[in-house]
Amino acid sequence: MEKRQEAGAEEGTETFQMEMDSLSRNEEFARVVVAVFMSRLNPTLEEMDDVKTAVSEAVTNAIIHGYRKKPGKVYITCSISGRELTVTVRDEGVGIDNLKKAMEPMYTTDKTGERSGMGFSFMEAFMDRLEVESCPGKGTTVRMKKRIGG
Amino acid sequence: MNENTFTYEPRGQVLVIHLPKELDHHNCRNLRYETDLLLAENYITKIIFDFSRTEFMDSSGIGVLLNRYKQMAGSGGSVALYGAGAQVRRILYVGGLARLVPCFDTKEAALTC
Repeated sequence: MEKRQEAGAEEGTETFQMEMDSLSRNEEFARVVVAVFMSRLNPTLEEMDDVKTAVSEAVTNAIIHGYRKKPGKVYITCSISGRELTVTVRDEGVGIDNLKKAMEPMYTTDKTGERSGMGFSFMEAFMDRLEVESCPGKGTTVRMKKRIGG
Repeated sequence: MNENTFTYEPRGQVLVIHLPKELDHHNCRNLRYETDLLLAENYITKIIFDFSRTEFMDSSGIGVLLNRYKQMAGSGGSVALYGAGAQVRRILYVGGLARLVPCFDTKEAALTC
């Protein structure tokens, strides 16, 4: 089959964007949409599960911590460049005061004991690269990269 | 049976909790309240988690399981699980829970441990 470059797409790069309400029921939707998008790279089931887990962590953080369960928008951008998948999850919530502390394994601000504090650790464990930018009062951007297919 | 809710099966002093298909923050919201209620009203010495329907779990799942583990350990009880598939086993391992909670293939094995 002829390989064709779609109009508007940068050479070799494909992107996808979505914006959704910060509702917990959207967590599943978000990770499934990203999994479907990455399926064009013919990932293994394990790679797909890894990305779904990382996306679920980032989106859950945006909803629980970024917006503190209040209404807001979560922005997800995915791009594929060669074999590399990049997923960006952004919120315009409260931001993180102490990013270093927030990224420590098992650290959580949750008082109920129901949160494991492993969100960022899971993103790090299941993706190849993780970058987090946060500005208190303005929001947080999580950028994750993973090479699919070795 | 709704695949996105927890179902509870009391068996004497054992409480079997059948977990939903997707064990994430959204679906975990009611677990604490429901199990607290069941633990207050029944004499439970062991909780067994059934993962056989669960296809996806993230750190929210680890959080609630860890809390139930601490709750049971605090009262001298125990926790076990069975039926975990590949994705769930990976999460249990990375989340450190596999070291704390014995994992079995079948319900029978989990009940007799």
